[in-house]
Amino acid sequence: MIEDLILKLKQEIIDQLQLEGMTPEEMDPEAPLFGEEGLGLDSIDVLELVVLLDKNYGIKIRGPKEGPKIFYSIKTIAEYILNQQKN
Amino acid sequence: MELLITRHVKFQDRRVWLNGIVEHVSEAGSADKLFRSVYRYYDIDYPKFFKMDNLCKLAFLSAEGLLRGTDILQEYPGGEVAIILENASSSLEYDQKHVESIRDQNRYFPSPSVFVYTIPNIMVAEIAIRHKVKGENAVFIFEQFDPGLIYDYVSELFRNQQVSCCLSGWVECYGDHYQSLLFIIEQEDKIKRCKGLQEYVIFDTANMEKLFKGKSL
Amino acid sequence: MLDVFVGTSNTITSIGFSTAEHVKRIKAGQIGISIYPGGDLWPTPVPLSLIDSQRLLDLFREHLSKGKPDLQLDSFTRSEMLHILSISDVLKNSGVDIRDSRTLIILSTLKGNMDLLKKDRLPAIEPDRVYLWKWGEFLGSFFNSSNKPLVVSNACASGLLATLIGSRLIKAGRYDHVIAAGGDILTEFAVSGFQSFQSLSPKPCKPFDADRDGLSLGEGCGAIVLSRDHSLCGIPEKIVLAGGSCTNDAHHISGPLRTGEMFYVAIRKALREASLDPLDIDYISAHGTGTESYDETEAKALSWAGLEKVPVNSFKGYFGHTLGAAGIIESAIAIASMRNNELFRSAGFENPGTSDRINILTDHISREVNHCLKTASGFGGCNVAAVFKKI
Repeated sequence: MIEDLILKLKQEIIDQLQLEGMTPEEMDPEAPLFGEEGLGLDSIDVLELVVLLDKNYGIKIRGPKEGPKIFYSIKTIAEYILNQQKN
Repeated sequence: MELLITRHVKFQDRRVWLNGIVEHVSEAGSADKLFRSVYRYYDIDYPKFFKMDNLCKLAFLSAEGLLRGTDILQEYPGGEVAIILENASSSLEYDQKHVESIRDQNRYFPSPSVFVYTIPNIMVAEIAIRHKVKGENAVFIFEQFDPGLIYDYVSELFRNQQVSCCLSGWVECYGDHYQSLLFIIEQEDKIKRCKGLQEYVIFDTANMEKLFKGKSL
Repeated sequence: MLDVFVGTSNTITSIGFSTAEHVKRIKAGQIGISIYPGGDLWPTPVPLSLIDSQRLLDLFREHLSKGKPDLQLDSFTRSEMLHILSISDVLKNSGVDIRDSRTLIILSTLKGNMDLLKKDRLPAIEPDRVYLWKWGEFLGSFFNSSNKPLVVSNACASGLLATLIGSRLIKAGRYDHVIAAGGDILTEFAVSGFQSFQSLSPKPCKPFDADRDGLSLGEGCGAIVLSRDHSLCGIPEKIVLAGGSCTNDAHHISGPLRTGEMFYVAIRKALREASLDPLDIDYISAHGTGTESYDETEAKALSWAGLEKVPVNSFKGYFGHTLGAAGIIESAIAIASMRNNELFRSAGFENPGTSDRINILTDHISREVNHCLKTASGFGGCNVAAVFKKI
């Protein structure tokens, strides 16, 4: 189930963050999203991920405080969503 | 202290001119297609390009066309290079996009990556970030290109030694109406490189007007 | 070297319709930021600083009836009413002739008539006035100005930059007098946009404070007279705009360069042009928005410039961040501080909250102010610093 969500999230992230030329296959779900090792996302991208969670999953968060842990990787985002949906 | 326009780029009607010579023609009419075509032609690797609105893409590509293959900016400290631009529609295209994102109370998702482009000086920032230009910067809004203001203001910046090099001109984009004229202004006695076959033009209102209209100088 | 004098001013925000009124209310500690209960501007409660609409309409109606009785109230947008009142006030109190070809209006704004994008509203107004050049042209023609106003749009640094540009065009010999005016109204457009950045505080903003967590948006409009002829300025004191600089961080489109380097460079260059050392500065009117990043960066820059001991305040705790008006309104009140030799407490500040300590004013004090530094910065990496000097 988490695998399906991860696949869905990959495409949603590509679309929401306008990652031109990126394919879901290239995205390692466990790799850090931010910083040089990952996709090199920045502060506006964090806020866009907040919008994505609200728009597609109805989950509202305050980016700067809660963001770093939730948005560490695609996998942590998926885990967070599943957790929120359980409660 | 003679001020010269040492290089100029123009985007209009599917064409890109460098120093008055057409260097690229796009088959398609839309702004989107032209900008993609030029991005590929310039062989740029800059993922953030695809997050920009069209006004910033045009400004970015105009600066790229102006500066690629040259070391002109290396002749000056970044803090002494200015970017002074004129524009007509400001960020109207993305203003409308932002308004759309908040039109429906049931699908109310304002986006920071849209909102950030709802001010025209972000196009200056995109050029500044790419080329490490850190000096004076301003965006003036005019119905049409006004070379007189650029002449008065930029001359004063040089006279007062606030700048030693300036990127200036007109960048306008709304829907598929796009037009840019971007040029470099330098002091004749400060240019370090060999002139070679380069044609320099005196920085004055009449010459800027001619460049804008595509007339011979 | 030509001196550019600063003269009379007007300021309109939630706490008043003139600079004198602002000074009176700030002295009394009045805060104009209040909790907007939710409505057109934003669905849920949020602190905002709104101009008194009824008073605005009454004053504008009265203004029209005196000068242009044929014109209808509904043919003006909110932004246009504010600018007309502001510019009219400074013209009334100075000797500057707006129809003189040597006079220029410079207008600073982020979004002008952005409310016109909601097509179902304001039917009596031509939709083209959503274009900033058209908005400027409309304002210029109201005053029969000889020159079309020059419109500057440089994010939140616009107001201070417009003032600086005005002084430079006078020094260039192009004009003799400039009215530097600027304003932004509050719209759902702006509130929703800043909310998407999560940069609005759920309580009134606290610039430089340890508990600061965002800015408070305010609407505002202001105008300042600049002239090479002191006798036309409308104030007895001789205060000049002695130096200024604008730099770009070249770092990120919305976040500041946190080292404060280019902000520091703008300050240093402004001081140098004014022929002043850091120790000569008596007071700093800071940008101070109440956001974690921008306040931190500004404190770093001030410290780097050797200004950490100079009394500093932000006015945004009184009437919020007025965007395109901020640099104009805050400069006007800073100049009033110079004229009256009194400095005001930085509203919203209780405990130092920046890594570099600066000397935030915690009380109103009397102090001789001969040299004042004003700063501003904004989206797009723009930093502006200007020095006002009594001569």
